[in-house]
Amino acid sequence: MTDFLLELRSEEIPARMQAGARAELEKLFRREMDAAGIAPGDITAWSTPRRLALIARDLPEATKAVREEVKGPPVGAPDAAIDGFCRKNGVTRDQLEERDVKGRATWFAVIDKPGRAMADLLAEAIPAIVRDFSWPKSMRWGEASRSTESLRWVRPLSGIVALLGDEVVDCEIHGVTSGAVTLGHRFHHSGDITIGSAADYAVKLRAGHVIVDHEERAAIIRDGAAKTAADAGLTLVEDEGLVAENAGLTEWPVPLLGRFDEAYLDVPPEVIQLTARVNQKYFVCHPPRTGEGDHPQDGGGAPSAERLANAFVCTANIEADDPAVVVEGNRKVLAARLSDARFFWEQDRKTSLAEHAKKLERITFHEKLGTVADKVERVAKLAAWLVSDARAPNGDHNLARQAAELSKSDLVTEMVGEFPELQGLMGGYYARAEGLPDEVANAIRDHYKPVGQDDAVPTAPLTVAVSLADKLDNLFSFFNIGILPTGSKDPFALRRAALGYLRLVQANGLELSLEQAAQAWGGLGRAKLGTQVAEFLSDRLAVQMKDQGVRHDYIAASREWAGQVDARTDRIEARARALGAFLDTPDGANLLAGYKRAANILKKEDWHGIEGEIAHTGEEDPLALVDDPDMKAVIDAKMAERKAGAVSYTPEPAESALTEALDTAAPTAARAVEAEDFAAAMAALATLRAPIDAFFESVTVNDADPAKRAARLNLLARFRDAVHQVADFSRIEG
Amino acid sequence: MTSPNPATSFQDMILALHDFWSAQGCLILQPYDMRMGAGTFHTATTLRALGPEPWNAAFVQPSRRPTDGRYGENPNRLQHYYQYQVILKPSPPDIQDLYLESLRRIGVDPLKHDIRFVEDDWESPTLGAWGLGWEVWCDGMEVTQFTYFQQMGGFDCKPVAGELTYGLERLAMYIQGVDNVYDLDFNGKGVSYGDVFLENERQMSKWNFEVADTAALFDLFAKAESECRNAIAHDVPIAAYEQAVEASHLFNLLQARGVISVQERASYMARVRDLARGSCEKYAEVMTPKWQADYPEWSL
Repeated sequence: MTDFLLELRSEEIPARMQAGARAELEKLFRREMDAAGIAPGDITAWSTPRRLALIARDLPEATKAVREEVKGPPVGAPDAAIDGFCRKNGVTRDQLEERDVKGRATWFAVIDKPGRAMADLLAEAIPAIVRDFSWPKSMRWGEASRSTESLRWVRPLSGIVALLGDEVVDCEIHGVTSGAVTLGHRFHHSGDITIGSAADYAVKLRAGHVIVDHEERAAIIRDGAAKTAADAGLTLVEDEGLVAENAGLTEWPVPLLGRFDEAYLDVPPEVIQLTARVNQKYFVCHPPRTGEGDHPQDGGGAPSAERLANAFVCTANIEADDPAVVVEGNRKVLAARLSDARFFWEQDRKTSLAEHAKKLERITFHEKLGTVADKVERVAKLAAWLVSDARAPNGDHNLARQAAELSKSDLVTEMVGEFPELQGLMGGYYARAEGLPDEVANAIRDHYKPVGQDDAVPTAPLTVAVSLADKLDNLFSFFNIGILPTGSKDPFALRRAALGYLRLVQANGLELSLEQAAQAWGGLGRAKLGTQVAEFLSDRLAVQMKDQGVRHDYIAASREWAGQVDARTDRIEARARALGAFLDTPDGANLLAGYKRAANILKKEDWHGIEGEIAHTGEEDPLALVDDPDMKAVIDAKMAERKAGAVSYTPEPAESALTEALDTAAPTAARAVEAEDFAAAMAALATLRAPIDAFFESVTVNDADPAKRAARLNLLARFRDAVHQVADFSRIEG
Repeated sequence: MTSPNPATSFQDMILALHDFWSAQGCLILQPYDMRMGAGTFHTATTLRALGPEPWNAAFVQPSRRPTDGRYGENPNRLQHYYQYQVILKPSPPDIQDLYLESLRRIGVDPLKHDIRFVEDDWESPTLGAWGLGWEVWCDGMEVTQFTYFQQMGGFDCKPVAGELTYGLERLAMYIQGVDNVYDLDFNGKGVSYGDVFLENERQMSKWNFEVADTAALFDLFAKAESECRNAIAHDVPIAAYEQAVEASHLFNLLQARGVISVQERASYMARVRDLARGSCEKYAEVMTPKWQADYPEWSL
C-alpha cells in the first residue's frame, strides 16, 4: 500500500471557487479509481490560492488481475452470432469454452485482464482529471492559446507534482510536465521545493511559508482575528464567510488589527461593516461592553444594530518587516471608503425622503408598467386598503400610505446607489433621521422582507401591509401584462414575491382574499386577475407545503372554493392541513378507501344521478343556487323529489344506516366548511366511515332489480358528494 | 514635510516603468491622441489583441471619466487621470513575476507591503470583450488590473494577451505616502500634481457637469455614429474605431450632463457597442488575409 500526492499549481485561484475545486478534484479522482476497481483509503483535498492538492492513502501497487467470464450464444447458434460475440469480446473462436447453463450447452468467453501498475494507471488518470475538471469560469493562456482547443483552467496552470510513494508519476498535460518540484510562498520563499512524498508535503511547504491545509489557515484567521481584537479590549464580529474568503486569499495568513478615525462611527454600523467586508474583506469589532452601553441610542444611529468600535482586522499574506506599514496602508484605503460612505450619509440626509421620491418619476419600473413612482402610488393605495378595508392586518390608513409612499425613496440616494444591498435599511435610517414615526421607519426598512427562506417575517402591522402591498403589486402588475414565470425563467422574481406573500399571510394569520385585493388594486373588473394570481399562489403554496411535509395532493384537493380557485391561500392551507391530519387517522384512511370504491363504481357505471338533466358533481347542487322567487315552488318540488331515501323497496339495514348517517353528516359538514372549521368538517366525515364500510360489506350495489341498483348508486353518489363538499378527494393520490 | 524623493516622483515612476518594460521587449508607445475612458480603448490594446502576431507594448494613456470629476475638491477622484498599460501577446508564462518585478522597480517591496491577486474578471460589453484576471492589491488598495483577454470584438483571442493596467496616481500616492492626489510630487523638483492639474480639474469638471452644450453633444454623437458607419462601409476600420471611441466619450459627457434618462441609457450604450463591435469586426475581416498569409494555421 502506497500514498499518492497530486498538486496542481496555478496562478491565484479565486477564493470563492476553492471549496468547489477541492470537491471536484476528489470527485474526479474517485471516478478514476472506481473505473479501475480500486477502493482508495482516506482522501484529503487541500487548497491555497496557488495550488490544489490531493493525498490518497493506501493505494495498491497494482490493480488485481481479473478473469472475466462472459456468457455467449448457445452451442449450435448461427455462425454469425458466435463470430459477433467473439469480435465484441476480443477473443477467437477456439478460445471459447463450453458450459452448461440450465441444461443447455452455452459458449463462454473467458477474458484474463492482467493487473496494472498503479503508476501507469495514475499517469493516465491525472491528465483525464485535469481535462475533465469543471470550473465555474475557465480560460486559455499563453502560446498554446493560438488554438481554442488548448487546455482550459481557472487561471494558467503552471506545475504538477505527482508522487506515488516517493516515485514521480510521469505525465504531461499541454506542455506541463509532472515532477516532484513545487514552489513555496510567493514572497517568503525563493527557489524550488522538492517534495519527497505525500508524507513530507505539508511539512516542506510549511518550511516554505505555505500552510497548505485551508482549514488550518481558517483557524489561524478565526482565532488570530479574535485574539488581536481581544488584545485591544474589543470583540470581533464573527464572520465565517470572511474567514473562508481570507483563507482562500492567503498562503500564510497574518491577522492585523488597525484603527480608523472615530468620526466615521456616525455612519450606520451596517454601512461600515458592509464597506469593510465587501470591498476590503476586513472584520469589524464591537467596543468593550460597559453594561449601560449595550443598547446605545445615539443621535441618528440605529437602535437595532449593535455599535461598532473604530477598529478593523485585515488578513495579510506576509510576515511584514513592519506590520504597522501594512496596517497603515489598509487603514488609508478603508478611510477613503468610509469617507465616501459618510459623504453619502450626509448628502442623502439633506433631502427628505418625500423629496427623493420625486426622482422616482424618472426611473422606469418596467416599460409597460410605468415608473417606480407609479409603482409606489399603487403600493400606497393597496397598503392603505389592506390596513383599513381588508383589516389584513389592522393598522392606521394614513401611516400605511405614508410608509408605502416613502418605501422606495432610498433607491435614488447616493448610499444605495453605492451599496444596493442596503435598500430598505437606508430608507429606515433616513426616515428616523427626519423624525418620522418609528413604525413608519421600520416599515420602510423591512418592507422587502422576507427575502430568503431563513429571513425573518415581519409582524409589525404597518410593515406587513407595505410588504404585502409591494409583493402583490408585483404579482398583479406582471400577471396583468402577461409576464408569468416559466420554467427556470422568472426575471421579475415573482416566485420569490409569491413565497414572501405566503409567509407573511401565514406568520400573521391573515385572511385575505386575492379577488378583493385585485379589485382594490386595479378596480372592480380585476376579480379574474385575483383568481389568476390565487392559482399561481396555490401552486407555490403546494411547493412550500411540500417542504413542510404537507402533500401536494392535499393542496390540490383543497384548492377550490365555490367552484373556482380559492382566492384565500390561508383557507386552502387550513383545509389541506386538516385534510392531512384527518387522513392520518384510521377513520380518514378508511373513509378515503370507501370514497375511492364508491367513486370507482360510479365511474364504471357512468352514473350521473336519478335525473340525467342534472349531473351530480362535487360542487353544490346547481339548483340550490337558483334564487328566483317565481321558480321557488318548482325548485322546492324538484329538491324534495331528489331527497334520497324515497325508495320503492325495503332497504337493507346497512343501506338505511348510511342514508341516516348522510342525513346528519352532510349538512353538518357543509355548515362546518361554511364556518371554515375544517377539523369539524373532517369529524363529520369521520362519522360516515363505519356506515360506508358496513354498506360495502353487506349491500350489493349491482342488484338485478334496476330500482334497487339505481337507488344504491344514488346513495353512493350522495356519499361522494358529501365528501366532495369538504375536499375534492378525487385529487388525492395513492 | 519630508523632502521629496526624486526616485519616486510621478514622472520618475513612469520613466522607471518605461525602462523596465522596454527592457522586456515592449514597444514604448505614446498615448492615443483622443479622449477615451481607459487605456484599453487604445488601438494598441483593442485592435492589436486580435490576430495571431505577437505584440508587446507599454504606454501611458490619459483616461477621461467625466462623471468622476469633483472640481478638484476630492483628494481621490479625478475626471482626468493616467493609466499605465502593458499588453503582452501571447501572455508569457512569467507574466506575474514580470509584473511583481516592475513593482519593485517603482519602490514597492512585497516583503514590506502585502501584495495580493484578488479575483476580478473584466468585461466590456461595449467592446464585445471579456477576460479573467485579478485586481492587484497593495495593502488592501487596488493598484493594478490584470487581465487575460479571452475575447475582443466578439472574437476569441488567439493567442490570449495579458493586459496590465496600473493606476498611476494611486500607486504614486501610496509610494509617496500622500493622502491627497494634488499633493503628489510630480517631478522631484518642487512641482506638484496639483500645480499641473488642479485648475484643469476645476474647469473641466465645470464644463462636464454644467457648461457643455448638450444639443451640440447630441449632434456630435449622431455625427460620430454616422461617420463610423461610413468608415466601416469603406473598409477603413481603424478610422471607424476612432469614431466609436469618440461616440463613447460623447456619451459619457452626456451622462455627466445628466441629460440621458435611465430609459435612454441602455439604448445609447447599445449604439456605442454596435459601433465598437462593427469596427472590430471590420478590422478582423480586413486583416484576416494578412494574418493568414503570415500564420497559415490560424483562423478567425
